[in-house]
Amino acid sequence: MTLRRLGFASAVVMISAWVLLPIMLIALAAFSPRDVLYQWPRPLWPSTFTLDTFLFFAGSSGVLAATWNSVVVAGLTIALSFAIAAPTGYALARYRFAGRDAANLAILGTKMFPATVLSIPLAVTFLRWGLYDTLLGVAIVHTALSIPFVVVIVTSIFAGVAFELEEAAMTLGCSRAQAFLRIALPMALPGLAAAGIFTFVLSWNEVFASTILTLDNRTLPALVLSSVSGAGAPLHYRFAGGFFMVIPALVIIFLIRRYLLSLWGVTVR
Amino acid sequence: MRPPVAERETVAPEALRLPPRRDLAPYWLLLPTALYLGVFFVYPMSQAVWLAVSDPRSGQLTLEHFQRMSDDVHFRDAIRNTLLITAIAVPVQIALGLAIALMVNTCFRGHTMFLYLCAIPIGISDLAAGLIWLSIFIERGYLNAALGALGAIQQPVTWLSFERRDWLVSAIVVTEIWRATAIVMIILVAGMQLIARDYVETAQVFGASRWRTLLEVFLPLLRPSLQTALIIRTILAFQCFATVIIMSGRLVPVMAGESYFWYSLYRNANVASAYAVLILLFSGSITYFYLRALRQRELDVPR
Repeated sequence: MTLRRLGFASAVVMISAWVLLPIMLIALAAFSPRDVLYQWPRPLWPSTFTLDTFLFFAGSSGVLAATWNSVVVAGLTIALSFAIAAPTGYALARYRFAGRDAANLAILGTKMFPATVLSIPLAVTFLRWGLYDTLLGVAIVHTALSIPFVVVIVTSIFAGVAFELEEAAMTLGCSRAQAFLRIALPMALPGLAAAGIFTFVLSWNEVFASTILTLDNRTLPALVLSSVSGAGAPLHYRFAGGFFMVIPALVIIFLIRRYLLSLWGVTVR
Repeated sequence: MRPPVAERETVAPEALRLPPRRDLAPYWLLLPTALYLGVFFVYPMSQAVWLAVSDPRSGQLTLEHFQRMSDDVHFRDAIRNTLLITAIAVPVQIALGLAIALMVNTCFRGHTMFLYLCAIPIGISDLAAGLIWLSIFIERGYLNAALGALGAIQQPVTWLSFERRDWLVSAIVVTEIWRATAIVMIILVAGMQLIARDYVETAQVFGASRWRTLLEVFLPLLRPSLQTALIIRTILAFQCFATVIIMSGRLVPVMAGESYFWYSLYRNANVASAYAVLILLFSGSITYFYLRALRQRELDVPR
């Protein structure tokens, strides 16, 4: 029995190390002096730590602008996808109607769809519409990618807020809209915030569409990818850049940890 | 942990007690999503097909772009590599994700912490994951540093090079496994929470061993989640892109990568779209295959 527990504990430790170690290593590389990254024998642990590598990345041309672009695109994506998808999520949670199952299935289908392939035709269309190489254009694609997630999480949030409370408010003289605004919405707010944060990550991380749809107004992943694949950026730039892009992910996963299961836990039957 | 909406429908028919509504409100609420996805999802999809099969000048139907795609030196490699990476990475992701999910499901002390920890890679992009593992596999990387410190090597080994295509593919596969096991794990943990404890307990009352309970009761009940995880992961693996570019440049061509190169290097949206359509076809057929192959048999325990 103790042997079994020992085996279990070591499996937990090993898997944790497998997940955490690479993240720690990239952090180490991002704060190592530049010459350590190129020397041989290569020390596992640098003798000194420095911010130089990181500052070199942050100071490289276009990085700050691209970071700002990424934030703007993510903000636009959150605004657009909530404006468009949140009502749908509410409807799926609160109403029984003909075609509800079909709507659910369509949402699931879009979630599984190889959506990045849409970037190429959209680039052609956006050239015609004057949206090519604009932040709005990128945000539009990111919105299409995040809509299924926003719908799913908003549905599960409002399914968790008892309709009886809204009804009670209505018997006490609230209108349908007032009951929603004063009762259901405040209760759903934390979950909605989590969905918003998840949308942020989705947009912050998206590479393919951003690279295809921009030329000068790069988002951060698009900039890093094109400077690595096109210009052969130096190693310390790559490592500091990798770490820089991971930081928000670490914070965000911690913030929305309670909602991770409802974001992904929908199945095909 | 908040149970997903599906459970509320099957377990507690709370939603069914809602007043039946005959009004048009839900359709109005659905309209924005339907319109948006119509314009920015369905339309570009048809556009992709159109670009792939039409001549850009005359607008006539042509197979010329598919011809150029398949004549290209990277075409066969791109398909072969994409399928290879998928075929190795996805089963490992499913197995590892299932193992972690089963461990979380035992609710040992600290299991929520373990769950969040294993979920971290969900927030990491394929680009960042590629850079992370590049710092390990590159010539002056941590792998060589560790091997050097152990005295196993004197000179750094070049893991990521043209001569060692299999090492390159392995490095990409390891990175994919590291990054995407988390999604599989989350889908499966969520699925396990839908399985009523009664089934497992009943099996144990009738004397089934732990192992048999797992194989004959638990896993069949988990099938919908396994199926979802399998479909989502396979389709995403068909689109693998940034990790591959970071690790190998174009030494290991993949389908999404070729689409990118044809668009941004050769400025040819038509051949790029032909690749997009190819990915679409692959994704569609594998989904169809999974749904048929994993269809619930009639004798199975109804959920």
